[in-house]
This record gives sequence, C-alpha cells and structure tokens, in this order.
Amino acid sequence: MIRNSASEMASKLANGEITSVALTQAHLDQISAVDKEVHAFLHVDTQGALAQAAAVDAKRNNGEKLSPLAGVPLALKDVMTQKGIPTTCGSKILEGWRPPYDSTVVANLKKNDIVILGKTNMDEFAMGSSTENSAYGPTHNPWDLTRIPGGSGGGSAASLAAFEAPLAIGTDTGGSIRQPAAVTGTVGVKPTYGGVSRYGLVAFSSSLDQAGPCARTVLDAALLHEAIAGHDPKDSTSINAPVPAVVAAAKSGNVKGMKIGVVKELNGDGYQKGVRNRFEESLELLAAAGAEIVEVSAPNFEYALAAYYLIAPSECSSNLARFDAMRYGLRVGDNDGASAESVMNLTREVGFGREVKRRIILGTYALSSGYYDAYYGSAQKVRTLITQDFNKAFEIADVLVSPTCPTTAFKIGEKANDPLAMYLNDIATIPVNMAGIGGMSLPSGVAEEDGLPVGFQIMSPVMKDDRMYSVGAALEAALLTKWGAPLLSTIPALAGSK
Amino acid sequence: MTSLSRDDVAKLAGLARIEMSDEELVALSNEFTVILDAVARVQEVASADVAATSHPLPLRNVFRPDVVIPSLSPADALSGAPAQEEQRFRVPQILGEE
Amino acid sequence: MSLTYDDVIAKYEPVLGLEVHVELNTKSKMFCGCSTIFGAEPNTQTCPVCLALPGALPTVNEKAIESTIKIGLALNCSIAPFSRFARKNYFYPDMPKNFQISQYDEPICVNGYVDVEIETDEGPKVFRIEVERVHMEEDTGKSLHVGGATGRIHGAEYSLLDYNRAGIPLVEIVTKIVPGTGKYAPEVARAYVAELRDILRSLGVSDVKMEQGSLRCDANVSLRLIGVDTLGTRSETKNVNSLRSVERAIRGEMIRHAELLNKGERVVQETRHFQEDTGLTRSGRSKEQAEDYRYFPEPDLVPVAPDAAWIEELRAALPERPSIHRKRLQEQWAVPDKEMSAMINADVLDVVEATVALGADPTKARGWWLGEISRIANEKDVAIKDLAIAASDVAEIVALVNAGELTDKLARQVVEGVIAGEGKPAAVIAARGIKVVNDDSALMAAIERACAAQPETAQKVRDGHVPAAGALIGAIMKDTKGQADAARVRELLLGHLGQDS
Repeated sequence: MIRNSASEMASKLANGEITSVALTQAHLDQISAVDKEVHAFLHVDTQGALAQAAAVDAKRNNGEKLSPLAGVPLALKDVMTQKGIPTTCGSKILEGWRPPYDSTVVANLKKNDIVILGKTNMDEFAMGSSTENSAYGPTHNPWDLTRIPGGSGGGSAASLAAFEAPLAIGTDTGGSIRQPAAVTGTVGVKPTYGGVSRYGLVAFSSSLDQAGPCARTVLDAALLHEAIAGHDPKDSTSINAPVPAVVAAAKSGNVKGMKIGVVKELNGDGYQKGVRNRFEESLELLAAAGAEIVEVSAPNFEYALAAYYLIAPSECSSNLARFDAMRYGLRVGDNDGASAESVMNLTREVGFGREVKRRIILGTYALSSGYYDAYYGSAQKVRTLITQDFNKAFEIADVLVSPTCPTTAFKIGEKANDPLAMYLNDIATIPVNMAGIGGMSLPSGVAEEDGLPVGFQIMSPVMKDDRMYSVGAALEAALLTKWGAPLLSTIPALAGSK
Repeated sequence: MTSLSRDDVAKLAGLARIEMSDEELVALSNEFTVILDAVARVQEVASADVAATSHPLPLRNVFRPDVVIPSLSPADALSGAPAQEEQRFRVPQILGEE
Repeated sequence: MSLTYDDVIAKYEPVLGLEVHVELNTKSKMFCGCSTIFGAEPNTQTCPVCLALPGALPTVNEKAIESTIKIGLALNCSIAPFSRFARKNYFYPDMPKNFQISQYDEPICVNGYVDVEIETDEGPKVFRIEVERVHMEEDTGKSLHVGGATGRIHGAEYSLLDYNRAGIPLVEIVTKIVPGTGKYAPEVARAYVAELRDILRSLGVSDVKMEQGSLRCDANVSLRLIGVDTLGTRSETKNVNSLRSVERAIRGEMIRHAELLNKGERVVQETRHFQEDTGLTRSGRSKEQAEDYRYFPEPDLVPVAPDAAWIEELRAALPERPSIHRKRLQEQWAVPDKEMSAMINADVLDVVEATVALGADPTKARGWWLGEISRIANEKDVAIKDLAIAASDVAEIVALVNAGELTDKLARQVVEGVIAGEGKPAAVIAARGIKVVNDDSALMAAIERACAAQPETAQKVRDGHVPAAGALIGAIMKDTKGQADAARVRELLLGHLGQDS
C-alpha cells in the first residue's frame, strides 16, 4: 500500500478500498520501522495524523465532497509552522518552540484534508546541500545509508524514497527541493516565486525562498502543487493570478512541437559521466516524443553561484536576527547580572551551527557600510544579468533543461570541511531562484559508475509552471516504458521495511 | 585578494551578536579569504550600466486595507517566552540607551 | 561662570535640524492587522507579525501610505513615483525583528518646506524650514525596567516588554539643516513643531498628542562662530515631549555647547535625553562610533509607486493650511489679535469653530469655551478637550439662552452638569429640573402657598404696607428654587394682594 503513488492512494480512498486511518497507520508503521536508519523525521505527530485521518474518513462516510488528495499522508519540512507542533528548522535555537499559528501552506493542506504525518529533517535554517547541517544529526539517503540525501530538504526527499510518506513539502532557496529530489530518485518542484505563499515559511532568504511539492511522480507533484498554491494576502510577494494548470499538464504530458532548450553552460566539465549520459538519453526520449531540442546560451550563469552566496547570506543575516532569546526559543547565560546583550551573544553562539554562523557573518559583511556596493550591490546586478539570460533563452525555447546536479549523492562527511565544494552542488539549480522562475527535478535513471539516482532539471518561465509539468510527465512516461517499472522500485530494501 | 583579519571577523560577529571563541574567529577569517575570492567574481560583470534586481517579481503597490483583525491571545503571544511576568516578556537588563 | 543666553548669541550662530516622529492614527498597525488603541493591557495587541515570530511576513497598511502622502503634500514635498521600504538592522529587545522596516535612500516624500511666522524685535517675520524627507517606518515596543531606584534603565535588574506599540505606523519628518535663525532658534523650532502639529491635526492623520508620544521631536543643535561657514559638532536631543520643551531643550543645548566651546573643549556628537524637570539634557549613547545599520531593500515587501491620479486626488482633498485658515476665521469673526491668540493658546480654536458651525454666535461660542469651560478645566487640571463637553452641547446651550429658556446663570449649571457626565444639555435640564419659571399659574400657586403660610404678612401688604412683600417674595423664590424671575413674582404678588404696582 505504501509503495503506491499518492494518486493511486487517493483513488483507493475515494472508492472505499482503504481508509485514511489505515493508510496513515501504514505510513506511521513504516516510519517506526525504518526511520531509525534514515532519520528523515524530526517529529512524528502520530496522534494528530490519526485524528486528521479519522476526520477525513468521517467526512467521506458522510458523503462530503473532498479534494483530490483528501486522506493522503504527507511529510512537512520542519521550516513550516504548524500550530502547536514543534518547529525547529533543524536548529538548536528553536528547540521546543511550538508556533501559535499555521503557515498558509499548512492551512491549505488542512483545507485539502491532506494528513500531516510530522516534520522532516533539514539543514539548519535550510542552509546546506546535504542535511548534515541539521543540529539533530544527518538524514541518510535510502539508496545508500552512508550517503547524503541532498539538502536542505533531505528529510522530505528521503521520506519519499523510504516510503515513509507519498508526498512531502519542501522549500527551495537555491535548490533545496530539486537537489534532494535528484539524489534520492524522486520528483521535486520549485514553483514560480510567489506561486506558493511564504507566510509561515521560516525565512532563510526572502527573495529566493519558495515552497513546493515533493513526490514520487510528476502527477502527484502537480496535485500537491495545486493544493498549496495560490494568492495569499498575507504574503505581499504572492502572485495574484490563477494557479497555472499543472495537473492538466501532468495528465497530458504532451510535448509535441515544444522547443526544449539545453543550457550550454549547465553541462560538461565538472559534471559526472553518468549524470551527462542520463541527461543525453532523456533528451533523446523527449525528441522521440515530439519535442524539438535546441541549444541556448546563458553566459552569466557562471556568476550565479557567487551572487547567490552574497544575496542569500545578506538576507539571512537580517532574517535570523530575530532569534535573540528574548521572545521564544533557546536562552543561554541568563544568570544574575547578565545583560540582554550578553544573553543574545551567548544564545546565538550556542544556538546556531557553524554554517549558519558562517553565512550570517558573510552577509553582515556584504551589507556593511563601505562594502555594500562591491558585494550585495554587485550581486543584485548579476541577478539582473541572469534574468536577462533567461529572458533571451525563453525567446528561443519554451522550457530549458539541464542535469539537476553535477554529481550523484556523495558520502556523508565527504565535503563537510570544504564549504566551497559543498556550494558547487547547487551550480545548476541556483539560476532558477535568482530569476524567480519555476524548476523541476525528476529521476532520469542511475549513474552507471555508482548506481545512484540522477536528476533531470526542467525550467519554465514565470507562471508557466504547467510547461515543466508537461515535459516532466512526457519524460517520466517515456522512461517508465523504457524501464518497465518506476526507478524507485529498484531501490535496495531497508532493514525492517515493509 | 580580499581577506578578513581575525579582528575584522570579531567586529562582524559583534554586529551580528554572536559570541565567538578565538579559534572560531581565526578559522572563519581563514575561510573567508577563500570564500570572498569566490564571491568577489560578481564584480567582474557588475558594471555601472546594469540595474540592480532586489526582487524577482516586478510587483508594485501591494497593500492591505486598514482593518483590525483579531490578535493572538496573550497566552499564545507569550507561549514561547523563555521568561514572563505580568503578561510581559521578561528579559535580562538592557544596557545602552533608554 | 554660567553663560547667559545673550552671551551665547552674541558670539555663536545656532544651526538646527529637527526630526519629528508622528504616530499615525490608523486603526490597524503598519504591517499587520493588530489594533492600535492606546493603553490596552500588555501584549493583547500582538500577532505573529508584530512579535516577529518565525515565518511571519509584513503587509502594508494602505491607509498609512495615504496618510504619508497627504503629509508630504501638505508639507509641499514631491511624492516619489517609486519608493521602497528598507531594513534598518540593529539589535534591541524592544524591536522584535531586530531590524526596523523603514525607508532609506528611496523615501516616499522629499524636498518640501514649512513657513512659520514668529514675533521678532522687528515685528512678525516668516522663517522657511526646508523639509528634506518624509518617510514611513514602524514603532517599537515598550520596556518597563524593574529593580533599581527609578524605573530607569540604569540599575534595573531586568526588563519587561510589551509589544502592543510595536509596529504602529510612524512617519518621520526630517528637516534640512536650518541656519539663519539666530537668537530666535528656540522660538522658530517651537513654532515649526506647533505648525507641524496643526497641519497634521488638520489632515486628520494623527492624534498628535505629544504627552502620549504620538508626536515626538528630536532636536539637533550645533553652534558655529558668527561668520564661520563650517558646521559645528551637533548633539541630538531626544525625548522632547512638549512644545515648551522643544524651546527649552534647544536653548539649554545652545548654552551647554557654548560653555564647552568657550572653555576650548569639544562638543561630543551624541544622543542626549531631555529632562523635563530640570530642563537640562543628559548624555545618552555616543554616536562617535556610528552604528552600521546595514540598510538593504526589504525583500518581503514590494515597491510603492503611487500613481499620479491618486496623488492628485489626495492633493485636491487637502484641507486649508491651518495658518491661512486661522487668518480667515479671525476676519470672519472679527476677533481681535489678543482674543485669537487666547483661543490658539488654549487650544480651543477648532471647538469654537465647530460650535459656530452649529449656529452659535462666534462671540458667545468663544465666551463659553474660553470662560466657564476653561475655568472648569483649570479647576480639574485637565485639558479642555478632555472634558466631556462637545461643540454640539455648547451650541445647544447658546441656543437655549437665546430663546430665553435659560438664563446665563442656569446655563452655567447646565454646562457643569454636562461636564459632570450627567448627559446632554436636555438631559441635564430635565434631571436637575432646571427651568426659567415664567409660567404665571405655577407662580400663582407658589404665591398662594406663601400667603397661606404667612397670613399676617399677607394681610400687612393688603393693608398697604408694601415693603412687607419682601418676606413673601423670598419665600416664593425659595419655593421655585430660584428659577422664577423676581420682578415678575413681585408684580403678580402685589396684584394678588390688591396693590397694583
């Protein structure tokens, strides 16, 4: 039952074959069985999930009209507030904090009767590409437990690959949905910036952060996308326009006559051989499905990483200032005679991990008087250039494609002491965030040299998210025909797994 | 090559309100030499004629009407407080200006 | 040893700079829907946004933007076609986000001016105060310092924070430097703040109550030797909470600077706090090591680009400038200068105007507000406007007097009753039984009662001893609680007793 796709689960729920309580319990059992090894979850809300499931079953028995995913369980990245449920963002500084309010994404999930199983592990405040920066220990990649599941949303992606949940919510600031999807053989979508409300998403970098769906199939991602997206008056940067028809696009999967642009700069040197091979195969399959493959150039993408590592730290240095031990969260050093200032200093020393401190200091520097123009200001200009590159490319192609990541999952600890090497993981995903456009990663097979999953990235213009779903669905269908079964069916079994 | 001395990092840590040990300051100062070289590449293309983009969407004038909506209950507002007294957040003595 | 003000101005020229913070009177906060009512129980007007809970996002109050544009227009500013919010980053426990959403290099209004007229040795003179910018920001929470002697921050053991005020919309109005005021610097500053207050009040955008902090002034002062062009080092005095304090603070700072300079010492660039009791300032935080606020565009908000039609609509709806309005009223009412100043100083001009608008004669309306009502306010030691009497009440009372239904003496009782909270004039009249008794039958009944009670006196009058009537009249007046017209009583009584007067 837990190996089905979310839409298969939804039809079984709809036709009475299973109940949401049974389905939820099955996932809770799987979590109990495998999460000791995977560590995808930071908090499992057993009672809340079962109560929500029972309520959905009751509504269904009463003949109420329910949303397409009603009763299907989901794993929530621990960066989203959910009223009364611990929300840590993978940080010690928020240990024990229970928000008194729901994020808009959670409110939308509840409105759609999607059952929230619990909160998933992540790099602290979403800063990282491996989930090793969680203050609560790393998440392990279900394909190979010695490897990272990507980050920052490694917990959400791993929960899907370990069949602990059929759906998950991630957030993507520089690739935190797409890169974990790529290295775990799952599907992850970063919608157009402003497509999904950020209200209740604990901010890392406000102008880049975007929540989105994680799933095992393109259609499931689309269904979840529609459930959480839409205009929110609580988020001033939310787009006041209808949600693109992503479910229809995922169902049709039609790419006939579509122009697919291969970004010259996002391939080649530095990309693992197996990654390049899977990418080429996918292009052939898309061409066979009727798409026209063209090459596009985006010369300024090579500056994207540098600009990202100025903009995101700058914004985070300000966003994370509120964690000061005064109103919530950890408080350290509040002894007799201690000052508020020393308590802030000590709490932030103890409460933040190394990478978070590194980025706060870097951002403080980039914004400081005398350096603003050279760093933050210049990075903003690069942002303009990257957007211009995308605009030109989208004049030629309907969507753009690239490998999601240069490599497959690396070993836990392998890059822990080399921040720059770690940052390079996001080289292909970052430009999308800089321009605010949509991006998707879906599995394109495994690399022959290590047997680990490889991701294929599709990028679509602002509010044309439906296009990436069309292309994603077409490629997924072609690959399924080729393989005869979904990629995840080949994942090694975890001890204790059902 | 840009670099940040231990003292530069200490000053930044002060602005960011993070206590740091000497080892941490030295380590960060070393890392920054490498990181700043990498990020300084933005200056290669950031010429004066390029406009700055602070936000990915060209939105303007997003306002809400001046309407009061219910606040949190004081219990909820103070639910995360490390210390409280008289329905207020209790914090250590504040140094500096009034 | 101590310098006099005359010593100071003989040698130095003051240069001013004024920053006024105004709390707007919107119903909800700048960036969230929490109420802004003053004086609520602590932390009852807070939400995830104004407490800066993780994940919360600001949204801009449209009314606050509108009010700011109105202020800019009233101060002759240009309204920027594109402006942005910026984050001003610094840590302080009363500021939940540890950054303030403000505006930096792209404020909404720029380059305006305010003309103020003051009395000089050469007669009335107009000084033009140039306004550099008007921008929007948000207020902080309030801290209560516990332990230590005075409730002050120094010596306190800990502090208690109430965030009800956090996020209330603030508009900051910043002048350019103001040279050339010479010895009138304190008066000019006071007149500027007073004019600003009047303009803001006429716009209806703020309560402008300095004592409640809804209008706060920071005064920058520096001195330079007369004839020298370069600016001296300035001090910034905060906490100046009345018009009088503005004047005193500037005068005090001028003397303090001059004393330092005369001794060859240096003025320190710093924040100083005005002490209402002594009129002196006390050193606050030194600004020598400038804070690095790391301003950058607020990424959670989008730019404000008011369209020209909206601006013109607001411009067309601007009220008359208070100074012009006052001149017009003075002419219409034919009020002498002295009386006009009395009304302005007593802060009753607008209620007098409202009373007149409801039909009262200007002289009578002014008489009530400056006379009896002022007297009661003085007695109770409260502001006239805080008394529970409205222009409509006074207009009604004036009308009743005109109609002969109240005497001046009775009207004073009605005013007293209204202020005592007994209700509107009609209710007070009914409850207290106040009435000019001119109903002959009621008087006749009282006369008959008096004659029956004092038959011997009545007989004396009947016998022609008219002076004896005094005792009866006294009794009748007492019976009618003094509401009868004594002359009429006498006439009726004598007639009743056969002595036609």
